[in-house]
Amino acid sequence: MPDELAIHARGVTRVYKAKPHPVTALDGVDLDVEPGEYFGLLGPNGAGKTTLIKILTTLLLPTSGTARIAGFDVVHETAKIRRVINMVAGGEQSGYGLLTVREQLWMFSQFYGLPQRDGWRKVDELIEVTGLAEQRDQKVRTLSTGQRQKLNFARGLLNDPWVLFLDEPTLGLDVAAARDLREHTLSWKAGAPGRTLLLTTHYMVEAEQLCDRIAIVDRGRILALGTPAELRRRVQAESIFRIELDRLPEVGGLETIAGLPGVLSAVRTDDDADGDGAGADRVALKLALADDSALTSVVTAVADRGSHLVGLAKSEPSLEDVFVELVGRGFGDSDEGDGTALS
Amino acid sequence: MTDGARPPRTPREAANWSRDRVIRANLRAVVGRAYPRIIGLTREPSWIFFEILLPFLAVSAFVFVYRALGAPEEFVGFVVVGGAMTAFWLNVVWMMAAQFYWEKDQGNLELYFTAPMHLMSVLAGMAIGGLVMTSSRALAVIVIGSVLYGVSYRIEDPLLLVGVFLLTMVPLYGLGMLFASLFLLWGREAFHLAQLLQEPIYFLGGVNFPIRHLGLVAGLVVATLPLAVGLDAMRQLIFPGEASEGVLPVGTEMLILAAMGVAFLLAARLALGYLETLARREGRLTLRWQ
Repeated sequence: MPDELAIHARGVTRVYKAKPHPVTALDGVDLDVEPGEYFGLLGPNGAGKTTLIKILTTLLLPTSGTARIAGFDVVHETAKIRRVINMVAGGEQSGYGLLTVREQLWMFSQFYGLPQRDGWRKVDELIEVTGLAEQRDQKVRTLSTGQRQKLNFARGLLNDPWVLFLDEPTLGLDVAAARDLREHTLSWKAGAPGRTLLLTTHYMVEAEQLCDRIAIVDRGRILALGTPAELRRRVQAESIFRIELDRLPEVGGLETIAGLPGVLSAVRTDDDADGDGAGADRVALKLALADDSALTSVVTAVADRGSHLVGLAKSEPSLEDVFVELVGRGFGDSDEGDGTALS
Repeated sequence: MTDGARPPRTPREAANWSRDRVIRANLRAVVGRAYPRIIGLTREPSWIFFEILLPFLAVSAFVFVYRALGAPEEFVGFVVVGGAMTAFWLNVVWMMAAQFYWEKDQGNLELYFTAPMHLMSVLAGMAIGGLVMTSSRALAVIVIGSVLYGVSYRIEDPLLLVGVFLLTMVPLYGLGMLFASLFLLWGREAFHLAQLLQEPIYFLGGVNFPIRHLGLVAGLVVATLPLAVGLDAMRQLIFPGEASEGVLPVGTEMLILAAMGVAFLLAARLALGYLETLARREGRLTLRWQ
């Protein structure tokens, strides 16, 4: 029984009526998110991320399949779901420009049913937390994009949601504002244990920084799901290390390292890789190992043969590498087909 | 937040609201939505020019025409009162009715849908805010008109007048709440329709003259337009006498207004339910690009 799950979806499909033919925005999505988990949906425009959020926030009905939030059905138990969720979207222009920041938040607190005193207290607390203290009495229409999004984020926390949906929350923000928002999100995680976050984004860094697990979605399907580390391992079974030695082992040279147990390959990558002796104050090697434990034998063998290890770094594929591997194209080459408008 | 109780420990606890809490939450939503409308009065002073002085020119034109024709002096009062009530009609058609349409554009509608309140509370908040806002405008028209054109009122039962006014507002804003859903469903076509109907409503609503003069048609009008019924009853109470003789006695018109109020509020609730179902099924009412 999935009651204890924060989010549970099975076979969720959503087809939009469209001309000349219907558009499938979601195609049989299965998803389980644990309470307290920060979960990311990573995918390009048109992947179906926002459609899934709209179904989970009770704004859309699935064409088929079932979905539950905290055990409540998104089709039949909307009132209960709306009491435990909130949603913030990137580029959101909600509210009324003539209100001040404080008034706007108070107005929304009334929509979430907060008693007057609790409402004002929560508003003032969130204004401090999100760094809007200086703008407290400023009219909303005079806020910058970044300040506006902080305000939206504060609105999203007014009712202490058990499941918070962030739909491309840093869309259009400058680097500093996006960083601030991510920090606020992480602070919320620390301060509100048991609360769940579902984030959609097409920024790899954001997904990696905020999320415990990530699903890579494209064209309405989940292509891969796991922790960032698990996803990377999907495209790179071996462990790649870049090491630097003060010189090559005196006996056997590079072949000695390449022949060690667990070493799949060893390639020299420094300026003197051609072996003519020029520019060789350090020797750089790229090692492909069967697993991380093989590194121990490499380090021991190098030391036994008179060389010293002066640099070591593990080389991992990025989430973008994972995406390209799974989808066959990068985010920048996203398919702008029928599903794009549905995002 | 649990209205004084301890914070909920699980989502299931947080979702479990008593009936009392649901009612209180919805009342708070009404206050919350009314707030920006009321506060807007002090923040947007341009309304004094656009919504009092400009419409007052139309009132003045009728005053001059009636005086030139030698109409009974009560007709000047009819026009001033009609001008004041026009403010409410305009508020209903252009603000109440169009509100959901604009809210969708701003992205507020999605937040209303996902908030734990009934959309009727949002509409009620809009209506109350609009009513307060427009009352001040209507009052300004009456004061300016009375001072400029020397209108004298003979109100024998002020309480009854206030009662009729409030009773008129219920179906009028109920109609606005119904329009809010319909405008969202029909989009631009609804705006064109509202524009098309504006002058006929002024004419049939008896804004500038008692609808009794329309003869048989008046009976039909009374049965459908809350503005016409309310104005007819209010004129009878403000200017008692032959010139303001109503289509029906005030008591009967109050009953009609009460029936209209119930009917329009019910219709608004049904339309909202349909709207939400459609929005969730087709997704075309909450997604900004549709």
